Amino acid sequence: MDYRLSHIKQLESEAIFIMREVAAQFENPVLLFSGGKDSIVMLHLALKAFHPAKLPFPLMHVDTGHNFPETIKFRDELVEKLGERLIVRLVQDSIDQGKVAEEKGANASRNRLQIVTLLDGIEEFNFDACLGGARRDEEKARAKERFFSHRDEFGQWDPKNQRPELWNLFNGRKHFGENFRIFPLSNWTELDIWQYILWENIDLPPIYFSHKRRVFSRHGTLLAESPFVTLGENEVVEERVVRFRTVGDMTNTGSVESPANSVEDIVSEVASARVTERGARADDKRSETAMEDRKKEGYF
Amino acid sequence: MESDIKDNEMDLLRFTTAGSADDGKSTLIGRLLYDSKSIFEDQWEAIETSSKKKGDENVNLALLTDGLKAEREQGITIDVAYRYYATPRRKFIIADTPGHIQYTRNMVTGASTANLAILLVDARNGVIEQTCRHAFIATLLQIQHIVVCVNKMDLVDWEEEAFRKVESEFRKFASRLDLADVRFIPISALLGDNVVDRSKNMPWYGGSPLLETLETVYIGDAQNHVDARFPVQWVVRPQSSEHHDFRGYAGRVASGVFKPGDEVTVLPSGFTSRIKAIHSMDGEQSEAFAPQSVSMLLYDDIDISRGDMIVKPNNKPNIGQDIEAMICWFSYTETLRPGSRFLMKHTSKEVKAIVRESRYKVDVNTLHKVESDPEFKLNEVGRISLRVSAPLFYDSYKNNRTTGSFILIDMNTNATVASGMII
Repeated sequence: MDYRLSHIKQLESEAIFIMREVAAQFENPVLLFSGGKDSIVMLHLALKAFHPAKLPFPLMHVDTGHNFPETIKFRDELVEKLGERLIVRLVQDSIDQGKVAEEKGANASRNRLQIVTLLDGIEEFNFDACLGGARRDEEKARAKERFFSHRDEFGQWDPKNQRPELWNLFNGRKHFGENFRIFPLSNWTELDIWQYILWENIDLPPIYFSHKRRVFSRHGTLLAESPFVTLGENEVVEERVVRFRTVGDMTNTGSVESPANSVEDIVSEVASARVTERGARADDKRSETAMEDRKKEGYF
Repeated sequence: MESDIKDNEMDLLRFTTAGSADDGKSTLIGRLLYDSKSIFEDQWEAIETSSKKKGDENVNLALLTDGLKAEREQGITIDVAYRYYATPRRKFIIADTPGHIQYTRNMVTGASTANLAILLVDARNGVIEQTCRHAFIATLLQIQHIVVCVNKMDLVDWEEEAFRKVESEFRKFASRLDLADVRFIPISALLGDNVVDRSKNMPWYGGSPLLETLETVYIGDAQNHVDARFPVQWVVRPQSSEHHDFRGYAGRVASGVFKPGDEVTVLPSGFTSRIKAIHSMDGEQSEAFAPQSVSMLLYDDIDISRGDMIVKPNNKPNIGQDIEAMICWFSYTETLRPGSRFLMKHTSKEVKAIVRESRYKVDVNTLHKVESDPEFKLNEVGRISLRVSAPLFYDSYKNNRTTGSFILIDMNTNATVASGMII
């Protein structure tokens, strides 16, 4: 008898195991949900982990206000269909309260501002563990992240003082005021995510699939025309057939020209891709250690 | 579409890499990723730019894995970095662990989930203390396969003699260890010889290059499919009228196989029942085996909670409060000695533990037992006996990696301070 599990099934089982550990080890966890493909896969795995019961934690979206409208619509419809609880906290509120200042200039982004809104949300609800869909293959600083990532009372990550993680034994013990970021998809790659979406027949927002959109080229990526972006002098908007490989803010998430309009097409496209999915994210290109710097401050 | 389904059915090899500071470990991993076309253009451009900035002559492949600012500044690897790549045959998870003596805990961490370990040896220096240390840890953590890569063969003029010398030195040391499967490959990580493609510079080597070895090594026996062990992680109890009688015991099969209808015993209560269904969102399953995550439904309504274990009545684990174990001590600031108290995590159970005796420490360079000093300091390995606050359901680590392993947690700092392998 051959009792081997395919790599996708092993990753699924590992992620479900982590979700259940979180439910058991923490008093007040939350699943960070953005409406992007990784968080949709997270939600799917969470439903599997606790089926047929409801999720033992709510979802929270830190909404920059610069999201693609298609993503927000998808988010709301999905949550409604499942009957799960969604908390939305707005970066705009943090700006209005004077807690953060909007960045200025052509490349202004709300990416960094999210940190404050997130930390405020954690404090408001006393969340002690935030489940996130980050993967180690996304970015080099993430490659050193633990499944259970400890944050001090200021929400900061200390990469040089991480708890060793051995076997399947996860240490979620903490002092008052501290919390954890938990990453069940740590061992997944972009291709694994897409294969899983295909395998499980998971619905996604339409912007992941090929569509016509008015875009312009900036620093080698194709940004969508939107009310949140000011065009530079030589930037010209034109209609192209594109899709998005990740879903972040309209201000910094580039699209790629692609005819892929089914998950099957995307799996083959990703399998032969020559640029990482974050290659189209201007927020990571700011400096060599942009991600590490944001993570230390409390970014997930 | 057919080929994509096949991709889904690849299996998974987890391996760890160990070597000392300048053995070229990061370069080797960079090479594996680069030559298997797992490095993307933007990653390549990024390290090309950084290499130029630092004045490196060649593109520095090590920059791919050294993700933290301090690592890039100092040109060293500090923490375990995980890397992923796939070939049409397999998906690979690499735990890249630093070789510095003070970071042994990272190797133990990387080794704890690995099926295979690559030990890098510099052909010019031969087997050194750290090689022995790494081989010992690989044995301690029961890694099934060891591949000794004799690196920098370009710097010894591709000579077979240098390679054979490392091979015999290693075999001599390893004869005192319980290593299952050891292979030796002469390589040049920098130039790519015998990494992905067979080296033209070393026609005397008749074996497989590294990548082929990784793709073909047999890992079907990595799990214990004999001793049925199911640690209960969580009880699924839907608060809805539709499912109001539903009570699913959720967990990940640690070992063995469970089928509906099987008679089972629940520990610690000792009550016996039968499996009614093995349940997941995909429907009911005809069996469950390691490492599947499932929910189990039983015919009888027994009080079961997290930390309990479902087993078979004719094959029970050891049950007891006195534990003998090998440990590796991780704390920079604290030490372990007789009388020290900790929290212990073992499967889904958490108990208090007190060190009864510190039996011996192992000098990992000579493999000698040291009985004169009962105090464990950072990175020290040895045997202790523990008394725990409630019975554990355990097997020896040799027979069962999941029910034979534990971690110790400092009750003041909450830090993970030791890993334990039950004897």
